[in-house]
Amino acid sequence: MVDTDLVFKALADRSRRLLLDRLNEHNGQTLRELCAHLDMTRQAATQHLGVLEAAHLVVTKRRGREKLHFLNPVPLQEIYDRWISRFERSRVRAMRELKQRLEGMKSA
Amino acid sequence: MPDATFVYSIYIAQSPETVWKALLDGEFTRQYWGHENVSDWRPGSLWEHRRGDGSGRISILGEVIEARAPHRLVITWADPADRGRPDRRSRVTFDIEPIAEMVRLTVTHEDLEPGSEMERKISSGWPRVLSSLKSLLETGRPLPTWAGQ
Repeated sequence: MVDTDLVFKALADRSRRLLLDRLNEHNGQTLRELCAHLDMTRQAATQHLGVLEAAHLVVTKRRGREKLHFLNPVPLQEIYDRWISRFERSRVRAMRELKQRLEGMKSA
Repeated sequence: MPDATFVYSIYIAQSPETVWKALLDGEFTRQYWGHENVSDWRPGSLWEHRRGDGSGRISILGEVIEARAPHRLVITWADPADRGRPDRRSRVTFDIEPIAEMVRLTVTHEDLEPGSEMERKISSGWPRVLSSLKSLLETGRPLPTWAGQ
């Protein structure tokens, strides 16, 4: 189970959000590629990616000798589902009830 | 430009066998995915992703490449309208790894055409589907997967 605290802590840092932005633009990058256009040392990027990986916001895959980093938005979806989709659900229910009422009026 | 690859991963407090069944069994998939996955799941067989609204319309279809229960499933993935277009066929790998009392389910979707409609659809779809699957397997209730879509 990924601790929600880890997700929020990982996001509470500008450099780490920048790394996620870079992966969102281009998924599956090596450490070298990620550092190329960022004002970040290799060492700092490695540390930040470790925090993002622990929060499961980044997952890695080996391709040959390279380690590729991918953005994993699933923990953010879980946060959305926990607090936001609840409201979507009640909106959907309200719309359905309205539809039933209007249709009931028509047939009455 | 190289083909696009996406990787999605989620931890689920369930056995690998249950997660495997939840991916392959149409009764399960209808609940959290809104579609029934239909196949005999033998390598070389076709699989279909049919709408669960009773229309039976096929949204996605492909071929089973590898099925190693309960750890690894590899399938191809295409819009039925692109049947004669192998260049529009992508590939999905499900990896199920037991970790402590849980499993880590990783979905790798590769060979996608960058900027395509399919790329857009799958990148908003997989997080919803996986989160809803987790909810179903851990609480017995799926999420309204496609609400607001």
